[in-house]
Amino acid sequence: MALIETRDLSRVYDLDSGRVTALDRVSLAIEAGDLVAVMGPSGSGKSTFMNLIGCLDRPSGGHYVLDGVAVETLSGDGLASLRNRKLGFVFQQFNLLPRIDACANVELPMVYAGVSRAERRRRALAALSRVGLAERAHHRPMQLSGGQQQRVAIARALVNEPRLLLADEPTGALDSRTALEILALFQDLNREGVTVVLVTHDAEVARHARRLIRFRDGHLLADTRQGPADARAALAALDAVAGLPEPVLPEAAA
Amino acid sequence: MSLLEALRSALSAIGANALRSALTMLGIIIGVAAVIAMVAIGSGARERVTSQIKSLGANLAIIQSGNVTQGGVRLGAGASSTLTDEDAAAILKEVEDVTAAAPIIVTRAQAVYAGTNWSTQITATDLDFFAAREWEIAEGRLFEPEELRKGEIVAVIGQSVARNLFGEENPLDQQFRIRNVPFKVIGVMAPKGQSALGQDQDDVIFVPLDTGRRRIVGRNYARDRSVQSIMVKFANEAAINPGIAEVSALLRQRHRLPEDQEDDFTVRNLTEIANTATAAATTLSWLLAAVAAVSLLVGGIGIMNIMLVSVTERTREIGLRLAVGARQSAVLTQFLIEATTLATIGGAAGVALGIAAALTIARIAGWPSVISIETILIAVGVSGLIGVFFGFYPARRAARLDPIEALRRE
Repeated sequence: MALIETRDLSRVYDLDSGRVTALDRVSLAIEAGDLVAVMGPSGSGKSTFMNLIGCLDRPSGGHYVLDGVAVETLSGDGLASLRNRKLGFVFQQFNLLPRIDACANVELPMVYAGVSRAERRRRALAALSRVGLAERAHHRPMQLSGGQQQRVAIARALVNEPRLLLADEPTGALDSRTALEILALFQDLNREGVTVVLVTHDAEVARHARRLIRFRDGHLLADTRQGPADARAALAALDAVAGLPEPVLPEAAA
Repeated sequence: MSLLEALRSALSAIGANALRSALTMLGIIIGVAAVIAMVAIGSGARERVTSQIKSLGANLAIIQSGNVTQGGVRLGAGASSTLTDEDAAAILKEVEDVTAAAPIIVTRAQAVYAGTNWSTQITATDLDFFAAREWEIAEGRLFEPEELRKGEIVAVIGQSVARNLFGEENPLDQQFRIRNVPFKVIGVMAPKGQSALGQDQDDVIFVPLDTGRRRIVGRNYARDRSVQSIMVKFANEAAINPGIAEVSALLRQRHRLPEDQEDDFTVRNLTEIANTATAAATTLSWLLAAVAAVSLLVGGIGIMNIMLVSVTERTREIGLRLAVGARQSAVLTQFLIEATTLATIGGAAGVALGIAAALTIARIAGWPSVISIETILIAVGVSGLIGVFFGFYPARRAARLDPIEALRRE
């Protein structure tokens, strides 16, 4: 059975200006272990789709099964528990808590899972080393670069061993080289078996996925498989021309 | 999230905005400090009144002679000597629940001993007086019945007289003179302190009633058996009012007053006066406590205000916590604990400040102040409850945020 299965999934907003159908009867399935990019211009319904499969929002109609759980039947607490155990979120703006260090940020989902303090610390450090930030564990977000902050956020998303990593424009706030590093990290994690869904409006980012789903006006427009661009190879190529005054476009390495 | 966890998180949030937190707490601090100080001073005042009542002696009434009308002029209490020591004896004998009835004549005179002299109050009375006032002898002895009957020239003196007239010397068995009559000191009373009106109750010399009448006061008293007043002690508080009615009836009958004539004496219920004073002190402390409670309320509103600001500022944090799996109840608890911690820390600081204020005021103004552990616990507990009460609305607002909206907020 697919990890994610939606059938006629719809979301209608009742606004003062009238009813807006943000998502119109979308049916699709995402298999475990896939690396999927969800694309579309703003207003296409991709964010609505992400909020729905991320259990942050409830559908107006249709069905959604996540890892065998019929989501539309759950209470608010049930959704919270599902987000906690089965989902990991990565946001464009990182959303790290500024007052606490990287390690404590990574521990946050486990706090709500009721994991003991010592176990939390152990697993948070393990997650940080997985994203290559073991030595920055006790830095506060302000003391980290954008790319490092996003790595902390990814470690936080991974720490509860979720079934699905949901990334909403994860490279949107990063320069192109750092963006490549983050994409390489997603590809590495995917190779290790983590299912990743990237939501983006950027075709360049979407090229790194194995499957591309396009939305327009709330409808599923296209659903294609592709040979993903290799972010690590692009990085190597960048390093090879390091020192050049002009940044090299990632296409050069494709 | 465990409570300890939530508490740690709350302390870190409070610490992150130390100045703002301190200013917010100020309302609670001042409120609690006011409560503690006011209650301490209020109960101190009540305790003082109570101890003054005790020093007066409980369940007392004073009957004063006089209140006669001569040619249309009403002369008021004490204007003429209409009471006698026989009246006192009759009251003791005939009125139920009277445990003592002391005839009293009071005058001022100069007491002279060796090179010193001292103007003091001379009270001529009998043994019932000491029973009524519940006044113990410290050294020596009280009058013997024989000395009272014969009008011996002996005296029992108060502590202040002993000090001022005899200084370091032991006054027992010494002789001193009042109006050239040589009195022998047979006893010294225990200290009684100030009266409710601030009089020194120890500045007094007691002499047997007859001795006082014949040797010290004027002929008027010597001629008949009249006294200025009679102090009556009742068995218990409930007996006072019916007792006073009985005493009045008895005295009217003994004085053969016709139906249409006013009493030729005045009865004053001392316990009533004392109770009024206690009630006034109680009212005062309630009033002070009410003022303090209002300041606590203001402090609570301050906390609500700052918590609302905090929820708005931390909307994204709340959104994130919800996204990573915090239940609404966890967010509610977090903010509730934050508000409660803020209020309780303020309460504890207020207790410290209040105790300091109470002790300072007590020292400067010379009032007693009573700080009870109950007051402290209640004050801290109430401030915690204020935190819960005023923190609830902001916390609920935080818990009910839509995670999508919250994460989108800048």
